[in-house]
Amino acid sequence: MARFVARRLAGMVLVLFVVSLLVFAIFNVIPNSDPAQRMAGKNAEPILVKSIEEDWGFDEPLPVQYWSMMEKVFSGELISYGDELNVDERILEGIPATFSLCIGAAVIWLFFGILFGYLSATRAGGWLDRALTVGSVAGISIPVFLIAAVLLYLFTYKIELFPASGYVPLLDDPLQWAYHLILPWFTLAVLNIGFYSRVLRSNMLDVMREDYVRTARAKGLDERRVLIRHVLRNSLIPVITLFGLDFGATIGGGAIITEAIFSLGGVGQYAADSITNLDLPPLMAITLFGAFFVVFFNAVTDVVYAYLDPRIRLGSSAQ
Amino acid sequence: MPLEPQPDPALPAGEPDEGFPSAPPASGAEGHSPWYLAYRRLRRNRIALASLALFILIVVFVLAAPLWANHVADTGPNTTHTTEKVSVDGEKREVVSVEGKPIGPLWFGAGGKFFLGADGGLGRDEMVRLMYGGRTSLFIGLTSALITTILATILGLLAGYFRGWTDGVISRTMDVIWSFPVVLLGIALGTALALGGLKIGPIEMAGNSIWIPILIIAVVYTPYMARPIRGEVLALREKEFVEAAVAQGAGSLRVMFAELLPNLWSTIIVFFTLNIANNMLLEASLSFLGAGVQPPNSSWGKMVSTGVESIYTSPLLAFAPGVMILLTVLSLNVFGDGLRDALDPKSKIRLEAHAGLAEPEGTAA
Repeated sequence: MARFVARRLAGMVLVLFVVSLLVFAIFNVIPNSDPAQRMAGKNAEPILVKSIEEDWGFDEPLPVQYWSMMEKVFSGELISYGDELNVDERILEGIPATFSLCIGAAVIWLFFGILFGYLSATRAGGWLDRALTVGSVAGISIPVFLIAAVLLYLFTYKIELFPASGYVPLLDDPLQWAYHLILPWFTLAVLNIGFYSRVLRSNMLDVMREDYVRTARAKGLDERRVLIRHVLRNSLIPVITLFGLDFGATIGGGAIITEAIFSLGGVGQYAADSITNLDLPPLMAITLFGAFFVVFFNAVTDVVYAYLDPRIRLGSSAQ
Repeated sequence: MPLEPQPDPALPAGEPDEGFPSAPPASGAEGHSPWYLAYRRLRRNRIALASLALFILIVVFVLAAPLWANHVADTGPNTTHTTEKVSVDGEKREVVSVEGKPIGPLWFGAGGKFFLGADGGLGRDEMVRLMYGGRTSLFIGLTSALITTILATILGLLAGYFRGWTDGVISRTMDVIWSFPVVLLGIALGTALALGGLKIGPIEMAGNSIWIPILIIAVVYTPYMARPIRGEVLALREKEFVEAAVAQGAGSLRVMFAELLPNLWSTIIVFFTLNIANNMLLEASLSFLGAGVQPPNSSWGKMVSTGVESIYTSPLLAFAPGVMILLTVLSLNVFGDGLRDALDPKSKIRLEAHAGLAEPEGTAA
């Protein structure tokens, strides 16, 4: 197991290195325009362009440029050109809001996804199953901003039940924290509720046909015990995998639209604001930040999966 | 002795079909092609057919944009009516009030003009914009899905057939794209290219060309389809018919495109349908954030993003384009689902193709 973890971590570092090369390429090497001009934004003064050019050393060879970019990002010296504030500090400030949003939404989508999937599979073909199936297809087809718009209109305007925006730190006031986050949590969770209930439903229907389920029934276990201990538990393993990947992707960038609409001031909103100002240094740093979480949770998921299913770690350490 | 000579058993028979029962009977279910059987299964799926009808209706709706614009609304998608008045049932009303509030939906009150009202301070006809914006959204969804499908099929075939280092290079490249959050990669490419445009050899694109979001979306989603195709090819290439083709002297290209590709069609068709839905959703997200379609072009996603700013005063401006996206994506998802059930009832492709791999492969290193 230790060897597997080590191998997986080494792989993660390698992927992150390649990812950083690609980010560098996207923002600095894409042809047909002057990178300094691009970084400075649309209507930049020539002086600013000149200073960016010197700052970043765009006349240097590419490997040197790459090195200086990474140095800036990791030493915390990266400055945005829109508001001339420190990019790394701004990202760190945004992390509590982003994590609060994503973790809360993840709890909600796991709970309802598993509940709906279980109800659907155990009543396959019935009216509840049909209603949930329709609901889950709608859930994965609805654009996030439409859910947000409908929730905002209904619950902050028609019925003034929840605040429309803002983030209150958890340690300042836990109640206000949750109160401000309820609408964003549900907005972000809807897609994955639909997705997870579909996946769990079809997994459970597959598992129900397994021999050991028939054995469990044959030896006289009551139905509820069979469904929960034998069917549900085994159907959840692929769901755990998906959860690891989706959670990484959500923290890494899946929450941008939700954060922007509810003005939560997290990393995602910082990204959305930077697009509006066409401010590239923050986008570069946030893309690296997002990719880190995707790759990290990918690796964690593999390790957890290998722990749950020994066939995987045995298979790969035999190579 | 019979007059006719007995056929010499040692000689190859002149008409081998006569004696062999291998030709299928001309009628009966066993004689139908798999395509016909799939068509019959699909025809019985009412929900899938209704979804297809809905999608066709939406396509007709956006194609009719010039008709509505020229003959009913009498205006263009970017024509402003800030200071004009429109007569509603004989009464003159301002398109944009003094306080800057746009006129609400008039339905047929002004003969179809401002059917859904005006879109904000500029006083453009929302209905006309909705129809033209839909053209952009659908066009981007369809073209990018086509490019995704072609790229993913070719890459999946190459990686799965040749294996070895070809597979290594292709799969690791896919892994890198996979390591980016989909929306962030789209944003990074979208903003970088929107500023400077793109130039590859003789092809040159302006920063606001709609081909930029098309290419970005197509590339971003390619790994999600290429990996399952590769998996299928890996399994198919071990089958006897491939061995037979190789024994007959077929080259790699012929095996890939004449032997393997026909076996992938049902997967490809289902993925194509679902790709349109996913790609439209990504386009909407990118345009909503300002990293997709650039002015003067508009799309449903972009319209929602301007509509959200006035959600409390004119909610329809955000809801109308948002609901259009929902209906289009929903119809494609449900139809794609039915198509999969019809083409291959045992198939494992899921509607949620965008969510990526169903089982982890500890192969990043």
